[in-house]
Amino acid sequence: MRVLVLGEERSRIKLIDEETVRHVAWLARLEVLDDEVEGFVEQFNRILDYFRKLDEAETEDVEPTFHVLNLVNVFREDEPFPPISPQEALKNAPKSERGFFKAPKMV
Amino acid sequence: MSEKVVIGLEVHCQLTSLKTKLFCSCPSNYRGREPNTLVCPTCLGLPGSLPVLNQKALEYGLMVALALNCKIPKRTMFFRKNYFYPDMAKNFQISMFDRAGGAPLGYDGYVTLAVGGTQKLVRIRRVHLEEDPGRLVYPGTIDTAPYTLVDYNRHGVALVEVVTEPDFESPKEARAFLQKLRSILEHLGVFDGGLEGAMRCDANISIAGGARVEVKNIGSFKDVERALTFEIMRQKQLLAKKVAVVRETRHWDGERRITVSLRTKEEEYDYRYFPEPDLVPVEITEEMLDQIKARLPELPDARQKRFVSQYGLPGYDAMVLTSDKALADFFEKAVAAYGKPKVVSNWLMSDVLRCLNEYNLEIWESKLTPEHLVEMLKLIDEGVISGKIAKNILWDMVSSGKSPKQIVEERGLTRIADEEYLRKLVDEVFKENPKAVEDALSDEKAIHFLVGQLMKKTRGRADPQLANKIIREKLASK
Ligand SMILES: [Zn+2]
Repeated sequence: MRVLVLGEERSRIKLIDEETVRHVAWLARLEVLDDEVEGFVEQFNRILDYFRKLDEAETEDVEPTFHVLNLVNVFREDEPFPPISPQEALKNAPKSERGFFKAPKMV
Repeated sequence: MSEKVVIGLEVHCQLTSLKTKLFCSCPSNYRGREPNTLVCPTCLGLPGSLPVLNQKALEYGLMVALALNCKIPKRTMFFRKNYFYPDMAKNFQISMFDRAGGAPLGYDGYVTLAVGGTQKLVRIRRVHLEEDPGRLVYPGTIDTAPYTLVDYNRHGVALVEVVTEPDFESPKEARAFLQKLRSILEHLGVFDGGLEGAMRCDANISIAGGARVEVKNIGSFKDVERALTFEIMRQKQLLAKKVAVVRETRHWDGERRITVSLRTKEEEYDYRYFPEPDLVPVEITEEMLDQIKARLPELPDARQKRFVSQYGLPGYDAMVLTSDKALADFFEKAVAAYGKPKVVSNWLMSDVLRCLNEYNLEIWESKLTPEHLVEMLKLIDEGVISGKIAKNILWDMVSSGKSPKQIVEERGLTRIADEEYLRKLVDEVFKENPKAVEDALSDEKAIHFLVGQLMKKTRGRADPQLANKIIREKLASK
């Protein structure tokens, strides 16, 4: 994936191209039809334009925020709690077999 | 054969001493359990569930980082590592990341390794915590299975990941490192390396002139040497044929003992890490670290030094014994009961290890106990059995777990010190070897031969001093 590089010149270049849209769709396992791609290219770039606007803000002396909660160190004890039953665990599974979740062939 | 080989390891170790998983309260002892019986909404990734960090897992992770001489960050947090594969119910793995405000639990550490008589420093790049994925089962074989079965019991079990710099120059060094890492983790009491799949590793290998190849799925430290040796041979053969080694990921097939190309798309490494919003950051205070440091037990390096100073062992013995916690514990128990550390060490280092090697067992897997070894040593001291017989019955002690006394009785192996009986046997030996008897009058070697013949007749049970005495007397009276 491309990295957003900021700067005068860069800011005028469209960062997202057709290839990137298809790649992101593949990563998210989403099907994007050929006639939809152009629309997403437009929208993705508009989102990035918005981030460029945010970049104009002066943040020199501001601590970066990586988490919205003002909490740290929330822990639990290493004490077991009864798990749910396998019947319950498999209840939402579209397919199961002998107590296993059944998934498509992967390789 | 002279091309320089460079190997780096990424090792995943389960924190098997924990009672629960990393982010939920499901029991973590999944071995031998029916599928999907140790799961809850959190480790199944059901909507609305929330992960909460197991405090003990954090402590254990920090213990590992400290034991590997790492620097510890003041603050860290967890990240989502996104990928689509059914071994992760959530479609992401909660892990740690060293950018975007994250930090591993430990970084820039080192481990010393004894290599060919010198100490080598292996640099540790990072240590972090993450979740173990679930177990995939393929009906039939991995290639022909029509679908995949998934068991999430293992999903969410706490793993500590240890990543080294590419500091190994041979498969042997890599194996020695894994052995040392295991010993360190076992001394810390956070890990039992004897459990199947508790330690797994991936390796990066490159040979001068070729690209870096990653080998995944190495299941044990016994396998690491095989997998790396195979991969180096494969790369060397390509280079010899002037075929380029391509940068790729390969899978170690432990059954066929080869590495196979995974042909994965480059894109798979696009994990799109981002901070896990459901977990809050972790602040590692000085106080927390001091408490953990104060509780750190004696580690293999310190124990090795103590074995030299306390028991007067040679450095090499101390190194071998402490490279395996179970072996070091065995040694100390035996010495506590018997004394004579050098005698105990000699037996362990030579005959016991040889025997375990032959049976492909580790000391804790074998039926040999310190009590039985001590009993055997006492039987030698008391003259009941010879050292040679002891070496012989040791095999039985290791495989059957019988006490040496029992084995000696059952097999009638006690030393023959009956002078009259031995004299009769010596007469037989003399009659059977007239030439040797004649030579023996002038040649010391022939006397040894005659003693050997007597030993053969008694299956090593004749008291050697008495046998010598009788033979020399009889020769003198000739
Ligand atoms: Zn759970």
